Amino acid sequence: MAGVLIYSDKQNISLELLTAAQLLKNGTGAKINALTVNNDEQAAILSGSGADVVYKVTDADVSLADSNIIAEIVKQAAEKAEADIIFLGSNRRGKELAGRLAQKTEAGCLTDVGGLALEGGTIECTRNSLGGATVARQQITTSKKVIALSPHSFEAAGSAAAGNTLELDIMKPDITSKLVEVKNRSADAVDIQNAEVLVIVGQGVEKDDLVHASAIAKALGGEVACSKPVATDKKWFSEDFIIGLSGKQCRPQLAIILGVSGQVQFTVGIRDAHVIAAVNNDENAFIFQLADYAMVADSKDVLAGLAKALS
Amino acid sequence: MNIVVAMKQIPDLQQIRIRERKPVLSGVPLTFGLIDKNALEAGIQLKEAVGGNLIVVSAGNEELEETVKEALAVGADEAYLAADNALAGLDSSQNAQILAALIRKIDTPDIIIFGEGSGDNYSGQVGTRVAEILGLPSVAYVSRIEVKDHTARLVRSLEDADELIEVQLPCIITVLGDINEPRLPSVTQVLKAGKKRREVFALSDLGIELSAKTISTISDLAPVSQRKQIAVKSLDELLNVLQTEGFLRR
Ligand SMILES: Cc1cc2nc3c(=O)[nH]c(=O)nc-3n(C[C@@H](O)[C@H](O)[C@H](O)COP(=O)(O)OP(=O)(O)OC[C@H]3O[C@@H](n4cnc5c(N)ncnc54)[C@H](O)[C@@H]3O)c2cc1C
Ligand SMILES: Cc1cc2nc3c(=O)[nH]c(=O)nc-3n(C[C@H](O)[C@H](O)[C@H](O)COP(=O)(O)OP(=O)(O)OC[C@H]3O[C@@H](n4cnc5c(N)ncnc54)[C@H](O)[C@@H]3O)c2cc1C
Repeated sequence: MAGVLIYSDKQNISLELLTAAQLLKNGTGAKINALTVNNDEQAAILSGSGADVVYKVTDADVSLADSNIIAEIVKQAAEKAEADIIFLGSNRRGKELAGRLAQKTEAGCLTDVGGLALEGGTIECTRNSLGGATVARQQITTSKKVIALSPHSFEAAGSAAAGNTLELDIMKPDITSKLVEVKNRSADAVDIQNAEVLVIVGQGVEKDDLVHASAIAKALGGEVACSKPVATDKKWFSEDFIIGLSGKQCRPQLAIILGVSGQVQFTVGIRDAHVIAAVNNDENAFIFQLADYAMVADSKDVLAGLAKALS
Repeated sequence: MNIVVAMKQIPDLQQIRIRERKPVLSGVPLTFGLIDKNALEAGIQLKEAVGGNLIVVSAGNEELEETVKEALAVGADEAYLAADNALAGLDSSQNAQILAALIRKIDTPDIIIFGEGSGDNYSGQVGTRVAEILGLPSVAYVSRIEVKDHTARLVRSLEDADELIEVQLPCIITVLGDINEPRLPSVTQVLKAGKKRREVFALSDLGIELSAKTISTISDLAPVSQRKQIAVKSLDELLNVLQTEGFLRR
């Protein structure tokens, strides 16, 4: 099988892509190529984590914010590496790149891919469709393929024997956009996707009780997260804490879900949790269908009671 | 200024039932995706700010002529549609080719607004594919739009940062679902919508040779939930559960 090229500007995501590429290599012998742009540290790490060849592009004029230029660079790297399959991260940066790149290379493209399997030498991808109500198994039928993998779907690759690192000269297209300013967000740097335990609050939780949710999360060594309206309408949390289709998809060991109705756009973000306990005062709430432990109760009582018991 | 908004007709997700793990789509009414309604609202607000003509483009089956009234009522001035029953089940790359052909029929489109992802498939690739076909610059995941003197100043919101970007028009953008609150049409607007101009094309009118499908779907089933669904009756029982599952390490 032809080679695979992986690219993400985020180091942790690129290491996950390497693990996915390794799966292809084990199954088909595909050679693993990686690309880095203006990031020598990432090149060194990828080279030491299982990439057979790392192509390094170093050019101060290239901005990661110009998806057209990055797509052109990835295309040229794939040509150089003779890689028909390109793995990208399915974060916003990666998805923006995916469409452009797929069109440039006449590739079929799937994004938000959460699982890969080899079926008779063909790559089968699983991804949510119909807003998360269903999970589709899909294959790309063109020889060139662009696949964007959801963050945290694969473990990060560990260290391995060092591969080659090559400088890649590129032909640059015209610059079409200007990056005027960057403002970093995420002041509190909590990543709910890394948490082993999540205490998740929905609209059935009152603001005064959030302190209890935090205390419970802390006592169990986890974090607090929320349903979408709690962040976007009530603004009790930043959007980084949203579980679901338009938020994050998490696989904690334990999720305690309080006052969430359980619409599919929410559950898609938590249905892979190992153990789920749900609290809702409506015994018919959808969330109970997803629960290992279902408790019909007022979130106020449970939050206060658990916080006290665990303190 | 010509402001173009791309909107995809999808089955109303709230009304899809699952039977034997399969989504039942027959009889489910078609509507535009929620984020595409944000794209339309962004177009309307831009028109209010700088003036111009607002055109909706869409590709879908023949019910589209009915569905598009929703967008015309809310504030689009006209619609360019590829409405053809042969267009059901297209993949993202084919959709992009058709939308690009439709947009080429519009005199001097200045800014073309897409949703960040469609309501049903949410793959987020059609907008940037169209940009590549038309050779236009693009900025995705936009949360703020300002247009002045043929330059767009845009905020792209990534997971961990906001980028302020300037691009020359014409350009393509995709907007985030929380960029705005879409307005609802008034009754008079709904009544007038049927009279607004609609240019409807069949696939054969577009003058393009569609390339073959790039994706094949093996199955599309609701996931099976294998949860224990054990009722917990008291706080003590809940604490017991946490203990036995090994989450209380003390
Ligand atoms: C249940 C299901 C089964 C499917 N099966 C197959 C299959 O077997 N084979 C296959 O190839 N594909 C299949 N698809 C995918 C295909 O139908 C895509 O949904 C479609 O091609 C559009 O791409 P997208 O939804 O990913 O758009 P996105 O890239 O997510 O859309 C982004 C934006 O582009 C615009 N846009 C997209 N499409 C249109 C349009 N038609 N008109 C106007 N604007 C538009 C909108 O502004 C939208 O917000 C399936 C999808 C579903 C939900
Ligand atoms: C395209 C799209 C994307 C979306 N993406 C997301 C997403 O990523 N994440 C997300 O969460 N949502 C998302 N949504 C919204 C989703 O459909 C639901 O509207 C949302 O999840 C509802 O949040 P909730 O359960 O907190 O609120 P509600 O639906 O209002 O539910 C509140 C629940 O609390 C219970 N309750 C009330 N009072 C109490 C009490 N005192 N004690 C215990 N229980 C109580 C009620 O019985 C009810 O079940 C999306 C929607 C769309 C259309």
